[in-house]
Amino acid sequence: MWNYTDKVKEHFLHPRNVGELEDANAIGETGSLNCGDALKLYLKVNENERIVDASFMTFGCASAVASSSALTEIIKGMTLDEAAKITNDDIADYLGGLPKEKMHCSVMGKAALKKAIADYRGVQILEKPGEMVCECFEVTDLEIIDAVKENNLETTEDVTDYLKAGGGCGKCLDRIEEVIASVKAKG
Amino acid sequence: MKVIYTDNNATTKVADEVIEEMVPYLGQFYGNPSSMHTFGDQVGKKVTQARMQAAQLINADPDEIVFTSCGTESDNSAVFSALNANPEKKQIITSTVEHPAVLNLFKYLRDKKGYDAVFVPVDKQGHLDTDMLYDTLSDKTAVVSLMWANNETGVIFPIPEIAKKVTEKKILFHTDAVQAAGKIPIDVKAANVDMLALSGHKIHAPKGIGVLYVKKGLTFHPYLIGGHQEKGRRGGTENTVSIIGLGRACALAARHLPVMDARVRKLRDYLQDQLLEKIPGATVNGDLENRLPNTLSIGFDAVEGESILMLLDRENICASSGSACTSGSLDPSHVLLAMQVPFKSAHGTIRFSLSHYNTREEMDHIVKTMVPAIETLRAMSPFWKDGKMV
Repeated sequence: MWNYTDKVKEHFLHPRNVGELEDANAIGETGSLNCGDALKLYLKVNENERIVDASFMTFGCASAVASSSALTEIIKGMTLDEAAKITNDDIADYLGGLPKEKMHCSVMGKAALKKAIADYRGVQILEKPGEMVCECFEVTDLEIIDAVKENNLETTEDVTDYLKAGGGCGKCLDRIEEVIASVKAKG
Repeated sequence: MKVIYTDNNATTKVADEVIEEMVPYLGQFYGNPSSMHTFGDQVGKKVTQARMQAAQLINADPDEIVFTSCGTESDNSAVFSALNANPEKKQIITSTVEHPAVLNLFKYLRDKKGYDAVFVPVDKQGHLDTDMLYDTLSDKTAVVSLMWANNETGVIFPIPEIAKKVTEKKILFHTDAVQAAGKIPIDVKAANVDMLALSGHKIHAPKGIGVLYVKKGLTFHPYLIGGHQEKGRRGGTENTVSIIGLGRACALAARHLPVMDARVRKLRDYLQDQLLEKIPGATVNGDLENRLPNTLSIGFDAVEGESILMLLDRENICASSGSACTSGSLDPSHVLLAMQVPFKSAHGTIRFSLSHYNTREEMDHIVKTMVPAIETLRAMSPFWKDGKMV
């Protein structure tokens, strides 16, 4: 069994802010059924760009549900600018940490939040900018570069833990290694 | 809270009778069965009895039984023996749904030893593509290794029929019968297999003991090279305590076969019918007829397996999942993917595997726990709305 913290278990068994938010004015969706987890984040943002309410719908394992629950608790009351600074580590820390192999659950939270903020501001995010590296989990080189920089990832296993990339058929593992090397080379 | 144990394809409770049989040999009778003295020989006699009991379960001769440390060792020993017996043959054949003990061994032989490993696919019901298997057989084939029954779905391969066709071509045939043993009748003579693997802890013996059946007359190349034990087929002082336990477990398993076929099958069917009736969007994986009587692999749309297991665990119900999240890998089980089970239910697949220790009350409690568990998870799933997938 995974070594989940009590807080992860508690947020899984008693998730906060579950369900659709009727009067949401910003929505961010990420993940898919095929990937094994997905999150739909609903925000209600007031005229001062403050998040007055947040809710979620999540398909996934216990840590995916707990990460979603934690995310909504963290961002409620924040301005969008403050929320934009939330990192996946903030979500994991709120839960007292996540098993390394489950860090992608917190990354999913951060990704949905980014999309919801863009949705509110009417900013078009290109669905998948960059070059597709992992076909199984649809992860691009730009996403890998971001994750490597942000979390100081070292190995292909690290990238799989955070983004799932390389965790399916494994054909892209060499390419992931190249991307990591290119980030490290640039310092 | 009492544990409801429905994870018997993972491991089983050691039977009280087995423990009782073992205890004296753990303490008082510690002699080496190979010794000349009476003190050691009395243990030797007990090992001989266990060998007979193991042989009887699969209709083998006692001389054909080699005790090993586990099912994996039995599988590895069988395959390596076949390769050593046929050094010029470089093709090896298995299926896509094998246990890692065989699957990963074949991948290793392909990637590190240059073998041409063929993985024969299965259809949506989990049936082996036997036409492709027979078409692939050639004078280059060193060994065919196929499981008798699948650990995840319980689907049974027609081993006697396949073994006949394979051995007719003078190709060695090994079967991993770890899940089949004790659940369905096995007759190595009728099935005409060359080698067969069993594991103690799947039939109410302890962990750390296995059996490899080696057909009389077959040239066997040992995997563990050492002393004369097991007639030179497996070096190392015998695990006497576990062998004695395994012998008793084999005798009990033979006696319980009719119970498996009747009472356990009925319990499994009851659980299956209740879950299908009370939970919409549920699908049973694998051929319903050609299936071990104790196994139920059932997928629930739009929810994820680990979450279901966590909710079952709260009620002390033990089962396992075909989902990625519980195993540390990211894709659902290779067995479900090979059967093209759609992702919508593969991620939410739970395996219940029963034993004769289970009761009807336990099945009722599982159903009573599962219904609200699935409802709770669907209430938060973005892929489920108004009673169906979206």
